This record gives sequence, C-alpha cells and structure tokens, in this order.
Amino acid sequence: MSAPEEARATVLNRIRAALGVASLDRARRTAVARRLERHPCGTIPSRATRRGEERVALLTDMLTKQGADVSRVPTQKEAVGAIASYLGTCNLPPRLRMGADPVLAALPWREAWDIERSFGRAEPGDKASLSRALVAAAETGTLFLASGRDNPTTLSFLPEAHTILIAASDIVGSYEEAWDRVRAIYGRGTLPRTVNLISGPSRTADIEQTIVRGAHGPRRLLVLILG
Amino acid sequence: MPREFEFLESRRQCYILAPIFRHNVQSLPGAMTSTPAPSPQGPLVGLFVTCLVDLFRPSVAFAAIKLIEAGGARVEVPRAQTCCGQPAYNSGDRQDAIAIARQVVETFERFDYVVAPSGSCAGMLRLHTPRLLAADPNFAERAVALAAKSFELTSFLVGVLGLTKVAAAYAGNVTYHDSCSSLRELHVREAPRRLLASVEGLSLVELSESEVCCGFGGFFSLKYPEISAAILDAKVHDIVGTGASTVLAGDLGCLMHIAGRLARAPAKVEARHVAEVLAGMTEEPAIAAPRQSR
Amino acid sequence: MGNGRQDFKTNAARALADIALQKALQNVKRGFVVKREAARAKLPEFDTLREEARAIKDHTLSHLDLYLDAYERKVAESGGSVHYAPTAADARAIVLRLCQEAGAKLVTKGKSMVSEEIGLNAHLQAAKIEVVETDLGEYIVQLRGERPSHIIAPVIHLNKEMIEADFRRAHQRLPRERRLDRAQDIVGEARILLREKFLSADVGITGANLLIAETGSSVIVTNEGNGDLTSTLPRMHIVVASIEKIVPTLEDAATILRLLARSATGQEITTYTTFATGPRREGDPDGPTAYHVVLLDNGRSEMLGNEFADMLRCIRCGACLNHCPVYGAIGGHAYGSIYPGPMGAVLTPQLQGIDRARDLPNASSFCGRCEAVCPMDIPLPDMMRTWRERDFARGNPPLSERLLLKVWAYAARRSRLYHALARVVMPFLARRAGARGRLSQMPFGKAWTGTRDLPAPQGRTFQSLYARARPKGRP
Repeated sequence: MSAPEEARATVLNRIRAALGVASLDRARRTAVARRLERHPCGTIPSRATRRGEERVALLTDMLTKQGADVSRVPTQKEAVGAIASYLGTCNLPPRLRMGADPVLAALPWREAWDIERSFGRAEPGDKASLSRALVAAAETGTLFLASGRDNPTTLSFLPEAHTILIAASDIVGSYEEAWDRVRAIYGRGTLPRTVNLISGPSRTADIEQTIVRGAHGPRRLLVLILG
Repeated sequence: MPREFEFLESRRQCYILAPIFRHNVQSLPGAMTSTPAPSPQGPLVGLFVTCLVDLFRPSVAFAAIKLIEAGGARVEVPRAQTCCGQPAYNSGDRQDAIAIARQVVETFERFDYVVAPSGSCAGMLRLHTPRLLAADPNFAERAVALAAKSFELTSFLVGVLGLTKVAAAYAGNVTYHDSCSSLRELHVREAPRRLLASVEGLSLVELSESEVCCGFGGFFSLKYPEISAAILDAKVHDIVGTGASTVLAGDLGCLMHIAGRLARAPAKVEARHVAEVLAGMTEEPAIAAPRQSR
Repeated sequence: MGNGRQDFKTNAARALADIALQKALQNVKRGFVVKREAARAKLPEFDTLREEARAIKDHTLSHLDLYLDAYERKVAESGGSVHYAPTAADARAIVLRLCQEAGAKLVTKGKSMVSEEIGLNAHLQAAKIEVVETDLGEYIVQLRGERPSHIIAPVIHLNKEMIEADFRRAHQRLPRERRLDRAQDIVGEARILLREKFLSADVGITGANLLIAETGSSVIVTNEGNGDLTSTLPRMHIVVASIEKIVPTLEDAATILRLLARSATGQEITTYTTFATGPRREGDPDGPTAYHVVLLDNGRSEMLGNEFADMLRCIRCGACLNHCPVYGAIGGHAYGSIYPGPMGAVLTPQLQGIDRARDLPNASSFCGRCEAVCPMDIPLPDMMRTWRERDFARGNPPLSERLLLKVWAYAARRSRLYHALARVVMPFLARRAGARGRLSQMPFGKAWTGTRDLPAPQGRTFQSLYARARPKGRP
C-alpha cells in the first residue's frame, strides 16, 4: 500500500471501528445509496411557496435589504438601457466585460451603442461586468451562477460593479427548486466547476461590526429581472 | 413561638379539605400526566428543602409550606434529606453524585409529589437523577418515577395545584431573575409571574436581559470567582437599571450571589426569594440585609 | 502553550481588566445575539429545520465511512484529488508537498479554522512560502501575530483605532498622511493591497463549511468574496476540511445553510455561498487547473466512538460563543485555544488532552444558553460535565477543591452528621455576621468574599426549627 492508500485505510478503518460496523454491511450501503439517489427534501420555508408576482417581490425585497440594486425590465431593450444607466450611476466608463452567454449576446446592444463590450474572463482592470444567472431562489434573494465560458466566475468577483440578468421565469421559491433546475441542465450528481450563490454585493463587518461594501468583491450589484 | 410559625399551629386544627386537585397539564410543561388517587386531605408533598435554604434561610421553606398548603396539599419534611447532589455531579464526582441520588430517591419516593423552592435542585431531580441512576437496576425506574412527580415550587403551585393567586401584599417595584435551570431545564417562566401578578400592590418590572445567567453556577462561583463576578456585574447593572427596590428569584444560590454583590456595590435593592413575597412572609430581613441582634 | 491552568486564569484576569476588550465584547452580546433572534423570528420553520439538520448529521456520521467514499469518487470524477490526513502533521505535510509541486512562492488563504488547528501557515512559511490571509479579520490578526478570537468574527476583540495602528505599522510604503480613521478607509486599503496578492498567488487554500457527497463539492460561505478570489485565481486550489463536514446531498446542504448564517450573524444568508467541484473544465476561461481536498481526521474518528460524538454535528456557526456569559466576559484569546467558548470547551480537551485543557470545560456556569441556541442541538453542558468527570477521575482539580468537595459529599451522605454540623456552624456564622447581616471576609472564604459579601445565615437551620415546630406525631 502506498502512503496515501495507507492513510485512507487508517482513517476509514478508525471510523468503522468507532462505529462498530463492518465495511461490507449491505444494509448500510443500501441506505447511503438510496439517500444519494433520492436526495429527499427537508422542510421548505413557507415564504418559498409564494408564486408569481409575490415571489418576484420577495426576491427583490431580499436583495434590496442585502444591499443590491434591483430593477425590473419588461423588455430586452430596456434591459440594455438599465445596464447603461447603471454604469452611469456608478460613475463608471461605458465598458463591460461579459462571457459567451448566448442570451446576453442576443440582447439588443445597438440600443447602447457606446458600451464597449469585451469578452472572456475578467481582467484586473475591468470595472464592470455582466453575467446571467441560471436560476434564483426568492427565499433569500439568492442568484445561482454557473462557471464556464458563458459566464466566467471572475466576472462575479473582480470588477467594481456587477450586473446579473435573470429571467423572471427563472425565479423559483426555494434552494431545492433551484438545485432541481441546475440538475436538469448539468445532469444528476455533477456540477460545473463552480456554482456561485450570490445574494448581494461584497461586504464585511469585521471592523467594529460596521458594514462596509466592496470588501474584495464588487462594491455594487445590480440585479436585472427581465420579463 | 415566633410569630411567623403560628400558621403551623392553626394548621394542626384544620386540615384543608382539598378539592380534587386540578392539573393544568396543557398550560405548563412538567405537570404530571397521570392522576394518583386523590386523598380527601389533598396530595402529600415531600418538601425538598435544599441545602442552601436549610442552612442559610429557613424562612423560604416555611413560606413554601404555607403556599403549598394554601394550594390544598399536605406537606411533610423528611429529616433524612441533605442535598440533591448537584455540587458533586457538576464537579465530575460521579460516585458521590450517584450515592446522594440514591438517597434522594429512597427518601422521597413515598410522596405524591416532591417540591423544591429551587429550579436547580428541581432540575437535578427531574433531569439528572434519572440519568445518574440509569445503569442501576435497583434504582433506574424509581428515579424516573420520582422525576415525574418532582417540581419547582411555583410551577407546582400553578401547574399542578392550579393556584392562580395568593393572598399577599407587597408594596413596590419588584424585578424577577429567572434562574438558568428554571428557564432552560424546566421551562418555568410564567408560573412565578402569574402568582406575582396577584400580589396586592406589587408591580413587576422586567429585566432587560432576564435570560442571561447571573454567574453563580454553583461551585463555578468559587472556582472562577472573577469571571463569576464579571458576569454578575452585568446582572446587577440590569437589576439596578430597572429601578426596582426588590429583586426576586426562585433560587437561593442566585440570590445569595446577587445580594452579596449588591451589598458591595452598594445598591439600595433588596433580595428575597419569591416564595417569601408570595406567602406574605417578609418580616425577616432581606438576604444580606442588616439584622436585629437578639 | 505552558501550564494550561495558570495561563487560563491569568489570561482571564487580564481580559477582565482590559477596557478596550470589554467594550469590544459588547458587540458580541448586543449585535450577534439580537440579530440571531431577529432572524429566527423571521423564519417560522427555524426550529423544525434544527431537528432536521440534527437528523441529517446523525445519519451521515453513522455512515461516515461510506459517505466519504462516495464523496471521494465524485471528486475524482470531476478531476480533483482527495488526500486523507490521519493527523495534523500529515495534513501539513500533504499541503506543503502540493504547494512545492506547484512551485508555489505565494499562497492566499480563505478563512479556515481547521488550517489554524493544524498550524498550517507557520509550516508553509518555514518552507519559505509566503502565506497571506485574505479574510479581512484574518489578515489583521496575521499582521498582529495573533490568533482569531472568535471562530466567525476574528477581530471582534479589536476596535477601529487598533486596526488603523496595525495597518500603519504594516503598510509602511503607503503615504503617511493618508486617511485611515474610518472603517471604509481600512477596508479600501485592504482591498487594494490584497488584490495584488489574489492576482499573483500560485496556490489558494480554503477550508470548507460543508462537503457534499452527491456531487463531490466543497462549500464555502463568505461575505467578502475573498474565498472565491482565493479559490478561482491561482492555478491550484487546496481545500482543507475535517471529515465530519460531509453531508449527503444538495438538499441536505440547503437545510443546514438555512441555519448557518442565521445562527452566526443573523443574516438570512451570507453574500457568497460557493459550491466548488473539481478543477476547471475544458473550455473554462478561468478557475484552477488543479483541485485538491485534504480530509483531516485529527481526533474526529475517535470522537465518533466516545461520549463526544454529538460534537461532530457542529457546523461552526459560533452561536454558542455569542450567547456564552463566560465568553462574553473574557473573550476568545483567554481560552488559549483555537476554538474558544462552549464548543471549544468540548473540542479542545479532545485535541489537546484534558490535563492541558482542563480549565475550558471547568470554567462554565452551565447556564445552558449554548445548548439552547445551538442549531445542531448539541448537548454542550453535558459534554463539559463528562470532561469534568474525566478531569476529576485523573485527580486534576486542585487539592483545595477536591477537599471541599469530599468534605461536603461525606457529610451530605450522612444526614445526621450533616445536620449536627450544620446546627453548630450556621449559628456561628450568623453570630460572626452580627447585626450587619453579612460577612465581607472569612477564613478560607476568599473564593467567595474576594468579590462579594456572604449573606448571613438566619441562624438556626430549617431542620432544627422544623423539628421544634413540627406537630407531634408528624414526620
């Protein structure tokens, strides 16, 4: 046995000895396999069962309380307008980093012709970025973003101002529903490299419990709800 | 005979014909869930005096007797009792704790109820004694049976005897400290307040942080006295901040610790056991207060 | 570490006299306690979730070997590697080797109590690797050469002026006349300086709040986003986590996450909750190319089989610290352990041995508030008592304590003797106290009278009074 294999055996054997179980116990293996297979839910908070506009309102309310700016835009054209005006509000130049996300690419960018878009991972000099969330859980105003070419992770953390687009139809109530959506896209038991659950702009309260924005991640977060 | 004990004389003359005692099983946790056969004289309560009351402040026990009898029960006080065993138990001396626990079971199991004017001792009887004796085939079940009929005083009065008011008067603002055992082990919070609300002239001002420990913790107050005193200071600050002239509690340990610090502050706040006020027996000097020499 | 007992009492005394610390500790009591209660009030399902979370952990722990196995397979499937570390030394060695294999000169770190537990930073630094803590609080204690004083809020013991002084001392190259008196100035400076480190780090090391068997993921929760910059920018990400962090599924993680932030800071959720699974995939424009998980035992497997198994349910929320009157009086450093407060009082003797760590489980009033607020329903006072039993059995308590207890117990077991002694002692004390009604000093009584008066006994004991007053023929 190699040293790593020995270490593994040591720990697992100690665990089994402490529990007083044998490795090949069929009943235990079945119990574990079953739970992983079925992934049962626990109690879902009642606030996560709101539907329709109430649900969107909950998401908005939570995000706003957590320091994000939230805007509802009925059309793609207005989405682009909101992005442009947000850059102005943040006193940032009209430059935006985004990924290869096709939904974002399909936005009518000609409506904001002066925004200079660049693509790929965020660079240290980027001040503003745009991502799209796969799904959002209204219960705590939490957006789920997946890593990859479409929405590189660094877009969510390096720039000063981050905008996340989410379709109103992609807003669900609970974390569990959100994970079901993710499973539907990526398959069961697999995830992309990162799923970031984002619920506001970066903050810290380490200095005398005073909340300060922009600790390391974005100082400002705009959540655009489309539709 | 001292004036305060005259009630014992009158008690000899008339045993209170107790109604079938009521169980407010739903309203308070801890009430007995089964009804022993009611005796025409009311249930028989074994008073668990507690070591601190026995040694330092007997008037609390006399007040407890008066209250229990006012509620329609009879009281006996077994001589063989000393302590619930908590000092040994919490110090890790399991052997002595078990020996004392056995003694407690033997001494008290014959009663219909066991009542202690102390949340920590009642907590010991209800929660910890059964655990200490769980491995002893001669005592395990008996300890569980005893636990089910053991109560802190105010929760017994309200929850088992159904007492809703007392015939006492006490002028002034009073604040109430909930002992940790009463609050967290026994879930006693409303019972003392309900009874205090019926005391004529008394107005209760709540502490801003009644859920916080006073820092006594039994031997903890001796093993780590500076930390204990620091925790106590926050409690004293809270007490003084209420503007109350009296602080009450259901545990003499907390009260002696609080009164000892109030005396040193110095603060013009009296400390008494809640039983004394509820029984209308406040002629005795308050805890740590100046006394008349005989 | 020195003689454990001497350190604790000395440290506690120093902490009690430290005015700045005492003021800072108000933030714990006022802030976290109030906020947690508010968060709990807003989630009616809170207590139900606690029961469920407990059940999840109990189930997982009783199948821990199998879940670790399932987890490991999933990590491998996603392109990552799992390394088992039976001891702290093993874990340090593994991490150092990985860093050296990556040719690391600079390592950034997300906040990880486990990495403190194993003494990771010093080990890497001894091998000439620069280690930079990126959580603001951890960065500050690193500058100060201290340990964090709270498992969630590392610098709860410091005020703004002290932190400003630390920054001026450490960041010599910045203009001296710069403004640094407001929290936002300090944070702004940290942001700029640490950004350089984030961007040039070779390896990023984080802990994990949870490990998920279903997907082979590690989860971190932060408000700052430092954990993400640590794990995403460098070419290697190393996760150091103890084995009991594992839960079966994403749904189980959801249940626990609903309790974690609310119990810790009163937030509904932390700003960032990140599920990391393996290295970058083909086509990913960012992310590490290597992902390693070091699974630490260091006493956890032993706990599974002893009276402290329930402690393995701990999710490191810090609620017990926040509600503990002892922690609130002396702060975290006085405990002299990585893990302070009630959870530290149970965990530290397991890690260090009861002889060294005996003060921690002993310095408690057993008020029970910790257990009352623990989201995982851990019977902390009971386990502290169990440690006291072990401590007592080893003869550790000082002679004076053991003697006092023995005398007390001896008498308490013999009621006639007890009452006979009491009949003599109590009137004596009452007379000594006299008309004053209290005693400000007593021989051998300094433990009490050092800080408070002893109320005088009323004189006669209850049993002796009742014997007189007892109606004839009544017991």
